[in-house]
Amino acid sequence: MREPDFYLLDELLTPEERMVRDTVATFVEREFLPKVNEHFDKVSFPMELVPRMAELGIFGANLKGYGCAGMNDMSYGLIMQELERGDSGLRSFATVQGALSMFPIWAFGNEEQKQKWLPRMARGEALGAFGLTEPDFGSNPKAMRTRARKSGKKYILNGAKMWITNGTIAEIAVVWAQTEQGIRGFLVEKGTPGFTTHEIKQKYSLRCSITAELFFEDCEIPEENLLPGTKGLGSALACLDQARFGISFGSVGAAAACFICARDYALKRIQFGGKPIASHQLMQEKLADMLTEITKAQLVCFRLGRLKEAGKANWSQISLAKRSNLRMARDVARTAREILGAAGIVLDFPVIRHFTNLESVYTYEGTHDIHTLILGQAITGIPAFE
Amino acid sequence: MKIGVLMKQVPDTETKIRIKDDASGIVVDGIKWVMNPYDEYAVEEALRIKEKKAGSTVTIISMGPKRSVETIRTGLAMGADSGILIDDPALEGADCYATAKALAKVMEPENFDLILCGKQAIDDDSAQVPQMVAEFLGMPQAMVIDKLVVSDDGKKATCYRRIEGGAKEVLEVDLPAIVAAEKGLNEPRYASLPGIMKAKSKPFKEINLGALGLKAEEVGAKGAKLKVKKYFLPAEKAPGKIIPGEPEDAARALVKMLREEAKVV
Ligand SMILES: Cc1cc2nc3c(=O)[nH]c(=O)nc-3n(C[C@H](O)[C@H](O)[C@H](O)COP(=O)(O)OP(=O)(O)OC[C@H]3O[C@@H](n4cnc5c(N)ncnc54)[C@H](O)[C@@H]3O)c2cc1C
Ligand SMILES: Cc1cc2nc3c(=O)[nH]c(=O)nc-3n(C[C@H](O)[C@H](O)[C@H](O)COP(=O)(O)OP(=O)(O)OC[C@H]3O[C@@H](n4cnc5c(N)ncnc54)[C@H](O)[C@@H]3O)c2cc1C
Repeated sequence: MREPDFYLLDELLTPEERMVRDTVATFVEREFLPKVNEHFDKVSFPMELVPRMAELGIFGANLKGYGCAGMNDMSYGLIMQELERGDSGLRSFATVQGALSMFPIWAFGNEEQKQKWLPRMARGEALGAFGLTEPDFGSNPKAMRTRARKSGKKYILNGAKMWITNGTIAEIAVVWAQTEQGIRGFLVEKGTPGFTTHEIKQKYSLRCSITAELFFEDCEIPEENLLPGTKGLGSALACLDQARFGISFGSVGAAAACFICARDYALKRIQFGGKPIASHQLMQEKLADMLTEITKAQLVCFRLGRLKEAGKANWSQISLAKRSNLRMARDVARTAREILGAAGIVLDFPVIRHFTNLESVYTYEGTHDIHTLILGQAITGIPAFE
Repeated sequence: MKIGVLMKQVPDTETKIRIKDDASGIVVDGIKWVMNPYDEYAVEEALRIKEKKAGSTVTIISMGPKRSVETIRTGLAMGADSGILIDDPALEGADCYATAKALAKVMEPENFDLILCGKQAIDDDSAQVPQMVAEFLGMPQAMVIDKLVVSDDGKKATCYRRIEGGAKEVLEVDLPAIVAAEKGLNEPRYASLPGIMKAKSKPFKEINLGALGLKAEEVGAKGAKLKVKKYFLPAEKAPGKIIPGEPEDAARALVKMLREEAKVV
């Protein structure tokens, strides 16, 4: 059982799903958490864990074939939950590798591209990045400026991508660009002339993750590097659906870590009347609200997982989960921070780390407000983006 | 090589142990059960030998209640080939002697070339079952081993153990033998996620005493040579004392306390 499990959702999981979750949880506790603060402090990712994550089968865990683990979606979601219980940066790493880099190759690549990249990526030997967002276009990627011009047997890329997770360490970037046939995805290898990267160092959220800018200046790539199955922005959005699904579970992990920390702290911390602060009504209301919201989010995840396995999860259902669960996680982290008083602002406890991380997660993969608009359109049929 | 691994499911090392009101045991509700950490080394070592010697198999054998199945599955997910659980209500209250007898009985027909296990289970810390199993099976034993080398022909094993004074003792045993793992033998792998899915379809059998040809009088509480009278928690430790001040003053104060209060120097 992984706390909190107020509605005994454990009973709805298969023994294998529980074992997958607990195995990843043990990995996170033993190998990642002891070094998380060091990396959060210096803005870096513990690269030495990549082979161990690969050995476990975390990268592209829900993809079939090509050396991927071929897990069901619920297991995949639970993996993301346990990674993010550790840190959103750790989960982001797995999301970018699996859902945003391996998935597009798996879904839109030709056989040769799949054979070339997927087994190495599953083994963590080649890292990927996903370049959609640009300096001038985030929520509205359709208006992107990056362009790929066909010239003989080559494409020539020009433009820039911004906020790209793992951008500087990736061997292969999945880059989205305008073409004569609309937006399409390309594989750009590290070291290709005209392709440079720059790490964004001064950031105060998701500090256990590497974020970068990508620049393309007359960057020539062979035409075989086009992902042939990509057709318009919808292909990029299909990747985001994979990622958002995992993030919905991940946010439950981050919230759970904050809740457990705050509850334990409140039970130990004594202020007035020689009693722990947990014995005051105001504190109990906070804890009750946190548990209620986490439980609701778990139920959303559980149902969404089973829907996805049945091939019935649509993009607006995934939007609902991402929007609702991230709002929940952000609120829970804030309340936990309050409960810890001044202790809530230092790295002795995981709360401030999750608190600041969740600001990124709230924004990336479609901001909260963008998911509001997606749902608004699903409800009314009227798009309100423009 | 045919390798058997003895494995016990134990409470997670982080568990807060509570004693039953009648002092007859510990409260098991809410406990997270895991593989005995020393047995993890044994499973890992078995898998490494298997990876080196083509055609080898690893069987996990456990005695315990039904819930032990999940821990056997962990071993299967790490890469073991099959599992056997001895589960019988009559085994409740078995001591090391009775446990070893049942384990030996189930292993007899398997004709293992090597039996690996942890040096002790971290729940009751008896550290007796491996030796007794060896006796019942008439096999050589090498206990508390932190390095193991099986000869190429699979007929001998060289076992290294740390002994007093930091020295090493090197034992050579003829196989089949039973070898009990100490920390440091290896670094156990995690069950891989695809391995977890595969574990479901690996052969696993559950047997009761009847099937083993043993009687409750021999191996259950009734066959036990040792009876636990009661369980209790150690008294809570008094809080430590920190002596403030400059090192010289603090040292002086410490010596004074050792002499006058603790009366040990
Ligand atoms: C740490 C981190 C890692 C990231 N990793 C990646 C990555 O690997 N790959 C990648 O491609 N991108 C990545 N991103 C980018 C992320 O997806 C974008 O930040 C996100 O899509 C929002 O875009 P923006 O930052 O440009 O904000 P904008 O789109 O400029 O939005 C600013 C604000 O305006 C609001 N807004 C926008 N449009 C509307 C509207 N129509 N109505 C009402 N409000 C609106 C938004 O909700 C937001 O509050 C990452 C971001 C971060 C912070
Ligand atoms: C950056 C920073 C700088 C600071 N600088 C100074 C300084 O210069 N000088 C100084 O003296 N102090 C300073 N402080 C300390 C600050 O004043 C305390 O952190 C604050 O008073 C809260 O105390 P605490 O952190 O011990 O939390 P606690 O008092 O332990 O409170 C923990 C939680 O319990 C809640 N709580 C407490 N009692 C009850 C109750 N009866 N009922 C319901 N809920 C309750 C609180 O609201 C809080 O949510 C600073 C703090 C910070 C973060």
